[in-house]
Amino acid sequence: MYIIIVGAGKVGWNLARELLDKGNEVTVIESDPARYATVEEEMEHAVHYGDGSELWVLERAGIERADMVIAVTGDDEDNILICQVAREKYGVERVISRCNNPRNLQHFELLGIKPVVSATDLILRLIEHEVPRYGMIHLLDLPTERLEIIEVEVAPGSPADGTAVKDLGLPDGSLVISILRDGTGFVPLADSVIEAGDEVLLVLDTGLEERITARFSAPQGQPEAA
Amino acid sequence: MLSEGHEVSVLDEDPEAIALLEKGSDRSWEDMGGSFTVGTALEIDALIEAGIERADAFVASTDGDNTNLVIAQIAKRRFNVPKVVCRVLDPARAEWYREQGLETICPTKTAIELVEAALREEASV
Repeated sequence: MYIIIVGAGKVGWNLARELLDKGNEVTVIESDPARYATVEEEMEHAVHYGDGSELWVLERAGIERADMVIAVTGDDEDNILICQVAREKYGVERVISRCNNPRNLQHFELLGIKPVVSATDLILRLIEHEVPRYGMIHLLDLPTERLEIIEVEVAPGSPADGTAVKDLGLPDGSLVISILRDGTGFVPLADSVIEAGDEVLLVLDTGLEERITARFSAPQGQPEAA
Repeated sequence: MLSEGHEVSVLDEDPEAIALLEKGSDRSWEDMGGSFTVGTALEIDALIEAGIERADAFVASTDGDNTNLVIAQIAKRRFNVPKVVCRVLDPARAEWYREQGLETICPTKTAIELVEAALREEASV
């Protein structure tokens, strides 16, 4: 694959190395002269000097034959613009952008730039994964399909504790796909009984989380340890 | 625009920039009827505070071409501002985005044309 990376910062440079190692053809574009000089010592002709949001710089890097453009500069407007011209002017099929400020994610979305990688957002998700709210972890979001997969822990005394899957009373648009118990997982049958401490994986339509987590949480007003 | 009787709202990240608007006048920008919001162009809250939702026209003229191109598209697509003008110094980007339906003004191109016209005048003398 021929891949153009705009921005030779930590992300861009390391990405370039990895992609080169995997046998891809890579060109990195960097606009800061000092940074360019540093990167050029290692990558030689694989790094170009210039402003990657200028059309002639992209053309000189061979954007017309690029299979993928990755915009990882520290400036969200630049990243948006690079991806927009790459896709719409030069017909590059795959673009990936970095989003520096998660508040700008809405602008990427508005202009149809995707996928977008936001380090802040990733860390936030990891925090949520480590310190889940309501004992619920988002495993996968498919916003376009309006589906998500979540993991919930069964609290002792919750409606789900000691209940068979078929009697859970889950809303339409949700389905138990797996139960993790004592370190192993299994796909439950309708008669499988859920126990306190189980981790239950569900697939559901977006917006159903609260109704579902209520079935797995301890009854209101009672301490969880009770 | 203000002196022509329009309502004008200026958004700038520098709170001191209002001094430029008041230069040469003994009245404050607000007294003249203008409004001023401090914030960066990609902040939706700042744009709303500056009144983008009821704007008849929007001008993107920060010193960053890409910022202007992105913000102009936001004004058009998200806030449906009827008239959007975008300043782009780089002639190549200005031209391509104009082809995509964005009204771009390129001072570089205008300057080149003026210089060329001046030279032609000189040559014909």
